[in-house]
Amino acid sequence: MSDERNITASERGPAILPRVDVYEDASGITMFADLPGVPRERLTLRMEGETLQIEGEIATDVPEGVQAAYAEVRLPRYRRAFTLSRELDTARVEATLKDGVLSLRIPKMEHAQPRRIQVNAG
Amino acid sequence: MYESLLTYPGNVLAEFDRLQRGMEHAFGTLGLPSSIRAVAQGAFPGINIGTTPASIEVYAFAPGLDPAKIEVSVDRGVLTISGERAGEAPGAERKRSVYASERYFGPFRRALSLSEDADPAKVQASYRDGVLHISVGKRDSAQPRRIEIK
Repeated sequence: MSDERNITASERGPAILPRVDVYEDASGITMFADLPGVPRERLTLRMEGETLQIEGEIATDVPEGVQAAYAEVRLPRYRRAFTLSRELDTARVEATLKDGVLSLRIPKMEHAQPRRIQVNAG
Repeated sequence: MYESLLTYPGNVLAEFDRLQRGMEHAFGTLGLPSSIRAVAQGAFPGINIGTTPASIEVYAFAPGLDPAKIEVSVDRGVLTISGERAGEAPGAERKRSVYASERYFGPFRRALSLSEDADPAKVQASYRDGVLHISVGKRDSAQPRRIEIK
């Protein structure tokens, strides 16, 4: 299992599209993704150009000699990619993973944040 | 054949449904008896079940829960998992645009029937990385024994 980690995403085969919530407010974008079964060390967040790629491998403890009897979660990994726009500050992305939920905060560039424009009397 | 009378042309969702049914036909799973407690794909939480000679291992993919509020019970051979996934506090949705809202929030309840050899006295549950793992031991009498030849 662990020797798979250096292989690039496209070579890893099919993956589950995780469910997400995405919100935008004045100062940035917030995203939550459901990644149950993914521990922190198996989660990869990667920026490729303007694309944010999220990939996580499910690593649940399975006892020796277990045989699958029924499965609704049929693939061992999650993957989803998002194209970000230029006003988002990808250098300051904050990510936390807790109980299988990834929270991402992507702030906007300082200059892209809303400003109130002073109207001068002519 | 009859299904083609039930799907409207141009309905994308129906088209996906038709495709999935087509796959089920192709693999021969449609029409076979399924569990009376079976649910449609995509129910929350997703459940995987495995067996070992000594136990039944149930994995419920239920992210973002408070483990203290998950109820697991075994009653007459039926294992039930229930709880509620709390959403954000009201008011948080003001002044923001929502682009995607795919995650499930609210109460959930899933039940599955255990095989007869399951021992309701030997149930252990743990919650890690958003997965609820329930291990149900099998009765000692149901476990394979090596019979010595004298």
